[in-house]
Amino acid sequence: MFANFDFDVIQRTWYYLFTTGLTFTIKLTLISMAGGIVLGTLLAMMRLSSHKYISFFATTYVNLMRSVPLLLVIFWFYFLVPYIGAWVVGANEPIQVGALMSSLVTFIMFEAAYYCEIMRSGIQSIPRGQVSAGYALGMNYWQTMWNIVLPQAFRNMIPVLLTQTIVLFQDVSLVSVLSITDFFGAASKIAQRDNRLVEMYLFVAVVYFILCFSLSALVKKLQQRVAIIR
Amino acid sequence: MNYHWNWQIFWDSSPDGGGTYLDTLISGLYWTLATAGLAWVMALVLGAIIGTVRTAPNKWGVRLCNAYIELFRNIPLIVQMFLWYYVLPELLPVAMGDWLKSAPNISFITAVLSLGFFTSARIAVQVSTGINAIPRGQKLAGTALGLTLPQTYRYVLLPMAFRIIIPSLTNEVAAIIKNSSVALSIGLLELMARARSMQEFSFQVFEAFTAATVIYLLVSAVAILLSHLLEKKTAVPGFITSGTANTGGH
Repeated sequence: MFANFDFDVIQRTWYYLFTTGLTFTIKLTLISMAGGIVLGTLLAMMRLSSHKYISFFATTYVNLMRSVPLLLVIFWFYFLVPYIGAWVVGANEPIQVGALMSSLVTFIMFEAAYYCEIMRSGIQSIPRGQVSAGYALGMNYWQTMWNIVLPQAFRNMIPVLLTQTIVLFQDVSLVSVLSITDFFGAASKIAQRDNRLVEMYLFVAVVYFILCFSLSALVKKLQQRVAIIR
Repeated sequence: MNYHWNWQIFWDSSPDGGGTYLDTLISGLYWTLATAGLAWVMALVLGAIIGTVRTAPNKWGVRLCNAYIELFRNIPLIVQMFLWYYVLPELLPVAMGDWLKSAPNISFITAVLSLGFFTSARIAVQVSTGINAIPRGQKLAGTALGLTLPQTYRYVLLPMAFRIIIPSLTNEVAAIIKNSSVALSIGLLELMARARSMQEFSFQVFEAFTAATVIYLLVSAVAILLSHLLEKKTAVPGFITSGTANTGGH
């Protein structure tokens, strides 16, 4: 079964896989997480807004993103971002956008919808009385949100946000369909170049498993630590 | 913006010989639904078994189920599909592997298998959450009435558990339809792949993706409508489980 297994290919290429591929994946994950959480929190506040149009806009956006496959969104933005870029800088031709930039826009826009739902339930978990108390103390909306509601909502939701980030970390592997060299994309390229599909794909699976498994274990630990005892 | 819109493109015939572009998209939708549907049946059966055993008082059974769940949840779906598609035939005996590689519709079978296993782990988690959400007294009452443990599960716990988790299961239905698009990477000509090939042949990027988006939205609107009806009919008063918001995922 493993008779003509060639571990040498992993030994030859692991450095490239980790420095080029995994670095890209992690960079994309972390920046998208930060951007997604900020945008998601704003969307959540918009969804809960009492202004009809603002809340309608946010709800439509979130439902739209949640109803279509990530792959479709990846393709959309891959072709759309050059046009958006041209529109922003006022160029006539679609501008050249790097792989990282295009994937970043994709993942921030897409994951924001999911982070929004998490933050929304976080905000809703804060008793209404705290908001009223904030207003009664003379704070305005932003002060109440920033000083009272969001810190608690965020703290309550940290484990869920991190779990979603692990999902995001796995989802980054989908950019390999655009031949972007993320961790899986890099391994795929080597697998095809050296005709070592079995070794490469098994190696990728093992690395992903170890990383995601230990990250989820950490999140579970954290969940017990940050839980507010009521 | 100098992009040439051409919405008539859907009525042009596509170069792969499957009629107009619209026809190829519709046939892609059939493949998407067939893949998602079959994988869903598989995931539901496997997930129900694994999720149930996970709550049973058998230490090794629980460990085995936990291992199963962790295995399928911690590897990205696209990697799992590649493992089933490229790696499995190589690890089997040569004759069997060759037969697998030349089997007709192998990318469809592979997609169903990998999607089924992937989703079954997520359903298993939901099922055991549902069982654990039932007050302990019901299980005790069942066994106190003289039911055996399997009988308690069959007549008391599982009917309740499934009704409790229906909202989260309907989320999984939506997720499996969306996740089936990953099968384009192993050559299954489902909706996403058809939109992609339409874009490559006709250069009408945005029309092709708009069509795919609209079709996916329609499918998910129908799925949401049906699941709301089902949820209303089956809801157990007093038990509310939240959807994916607490578990993460797509």
